[in-house]
Amino acid sequence: MTIEIINGKMLTPKGEWTNFKSIHIANGLIVGINRQGEKFDAHTTINARGCYVVPGLIDLQVSLPEPGYQVKGTVESETLAAAAGGVTVLCCSPDTDPINDSEAVTKLIEELAGRSNHCHVLPLGALTRGLKGEHLSEYAALKDAGCIALSNGYHPIKNLAITKRCFEYAKTHDLSVFVNPIEPSLHLGAIHESHISTTIGLQAIPSLAETIPVAQLIKLAEATDVHLHLSQLSAADSVSQVREAKAKGLNISADVAIHNLLYTSQQIESFDSLYHCMPPLRSESDRLALLDGVRTGVIDAITSAHQPHEDAAKKMPFAETEPGISGIEHLIPMAVKMSDNNELPLACFFEAMTSRAAHVVKLDTPIIETGRAANLCIFDLSKKWRLSEEDMLSKGKNSPLMGQKIKGHVVTTIYEGRISYMADHA
Amino acid sequence: MPSSIQLTESGRLKHFLTVSGLDKILLTEILDTADSFIEVGQRNIKKVPLLRGKTVVNLFFEASTRTRSTFELAAKRLSADVLNINIDTSAASKGESLSDMLRNLEAMASDMFVVRHSQSGAAHFIAESVTPGVAIVNAGDGWHAHPTQAMLDMLTIRQNKGAFEGLKVAIIGDILHSRVARSQIRALNTLGVEAVRVIAPNTLLPRHVESLGVTVFNDLASGLRDIDVVIMLRLQKERMHGALLPSEHEYYQLYGLTREKLRFAKPDAIVMHPGPINRGVEIESEVADGSQSVILDQVTNGIAIRMAVMSMAMSGQTELKNALAESAL
Repeated sequence: MTIEIINGKMLTPKGEWTNFKSIHIANGLIVGINRQGEKFDAHTTINARGCYVVPGLIDLQVSLPEPGYQVKGTVESETLAAAAGGVTVLCCSPDTDPINDSEAVTKLIEELAGRSNHCHVLPLGALTRGLKGEHLSEYAALKDAGCIALSNGYHPIKNLAITKRCFEYAKTHDLSVFVNPIEPSLHLGAIHESHISTTIGLQAIPSLAETIPVAQLIKLAEATDVHLHLSQLSAADSVSQVREAKAKGLNISADVAIHNLLYTSQQIESFDSLYHCMPPLRSESDRLALLDGVRTGVIDAITSAHQPHEDAAKKMPFAETEPGISGIEHLIPMAVKMSDNNELPLACFFEAMTSRAAHVVKLDTPIIETGRAANLCIFDLSKKWRLSEEDMLSKGKNSPLMGQKIKGHVVTTIYEGRISYMADHA
Repeated sequence: MPSSIQLTESGRLKHFLTVSGLDKILLTEILDTADSFIEVGQRNIKKVPLLRGKTVVNLFFEASTRTRSTFELAAKRLSADVLNINIDTSAASKGESLSDMLRNLEAMASDMFVVRHSQSGAAHFIAESVTPGVAIVNAGDGWHAHPTQAMLDMLTIRQNKGAFEGLKVAIIGDILHSRVARSQIRALNTLGVEAVRVIAPNTLLPRHVESLGVTVFNDLASGLRDIDVVIMLRLQKERMHGALLPSEHEYYQLYGLTREKLRFAKPDAIVMHPGPINRGVEIESEVADGSQSVILDQVTNGIAIRMAVMSMAMSGQTELKNALAESAL
């Protein structure tokens, strides 16, 4: 398949926007940019007038609910949603049913993803068997089967000695560990501890539930020399700790869920369960510290922390609802909002979701250059639209943007030289 | 905002979920309406026809004797038909979601649900889920709100003190887990008392409690100085678990209201308690039964307050229905 994209703006390897006349794609690769004279026989021509072309996004934290939770979504539905969000590579967490702690489950996920072929799915293997925090899973086998790193998902390991051995064994196999820092004894509520939790009387999760394990995990990473990736930071003090650890030269990286950059616990004043997340949305000062962390590179990557849910999972009294946002399709509108608010420049958002995310999982830096893989996202920065359930390809309609007017729209996504998504009107 | 969900466009009550977002005029209207119903309770025939032909469902997901009975009496005095449903959340609700259960009850043409639930926000959730025309009255949700309790307390204070201006009120005990305290604090501040104090050890205070508009005291003696109204909260026995308190004994020593400690307050201070009382845990028997106690007045006022909010919410719903019918013409 050959594709020609004409007349848009593209992000250069230097992180600048520049106009282009044409990008030629053949055999899964970018074969030419602004080539003159030579005749290019394109099966498809995409007119990108007024649109922007960036490398396909890399999302480090996605819950693919299959196997086990197909009522929430399937590999097919959620990877298609990813393509609609401009994503070409995603890491899926191991908390499926059965849990991805064996090569059989890893291979099943890869087979399902390969059959759909909407984006590149990189499974994260379980750090402990059954995510129970008791026994090591077979890291060598998981790695051979294709797991790119290890993770304990949203299941904290309660025992520090076991965490230390996980890190040592991961280092033995040169695998990175992704950890959501959660101290379970402090993580009993459903909302950030603040004047909001006090006013509406919900059991609260203090920032300490994250900042204490962050301190412990950094110490353990230092002692074991493993590459530690801290997933979904939510508290200002976590950002400070990662900044210090990086200044010391430790092999540590971190990400943040995009909704923690946009919202605070203030949204929950009327018990709106669409804002029930884990870790919780915290205070405005936390949000600003997280944004600063992304701008300064202390936080390497932005993720969607995509968690699709069926309608019933969110239709209960707040604390009984399941946490999580179906957000992978709307990364770009959310980024446009942050850019319009002068909180995060668009180029910085794309860096965090392309080159910096790639670095965390040791992939080649995705840039738009001749000879590179053709993983691209074409979006319209200024298109305004109102989100309705029918617009969403994810099976989970649990988006706080539902019914809202949003700005920014993915027009086409190209994955390995093929069109993996094209908007209806494009 | 919480206010928009419980008010009609013209500012009348259509649900009663929380005191939050209701202004002084509306709270005073509730108190005045309740005052007019007190007389009904003293009649030979204790009934008015305001809710005749209406079906009120008492939907209690949490055990309660007093609150449920006063709601039932209030509905019956308003001439409504009453259905009591007690749902043991541990055994029931298996398979059937709360939304499905509500849909079933709505299909029986209910006009009002009085809801008690262990989860904060349950009444909001139900108000958002039911079809228009059905009023929701919150009879207590988690640690969030117990607005009818707060309003019957306000009525009791007004009966005894005449007005709210200039009053200093102290709430003593487990503020952290108390929906009653949250609603009382909101109501007292809206009605314009001079000061609201909370007196408790730090383990029983939520973080940023000052943001509710209170001053914190850890010490009972200094907290009670110049106080006009003393509100005691019930101490649940399970608070000894999880290291919130060392023992009932130490709690009683420090925060139990005895005759001796009550002397720190103004001599004409009244003593209130939402019940049920733990004698010898948070309050001495002689104080609970003493001349300054208005605890039984609170119970009597509970019926009048519940009649007031039920009739007001129902008339708000009727106004909505009429408006809908008119716009359909």
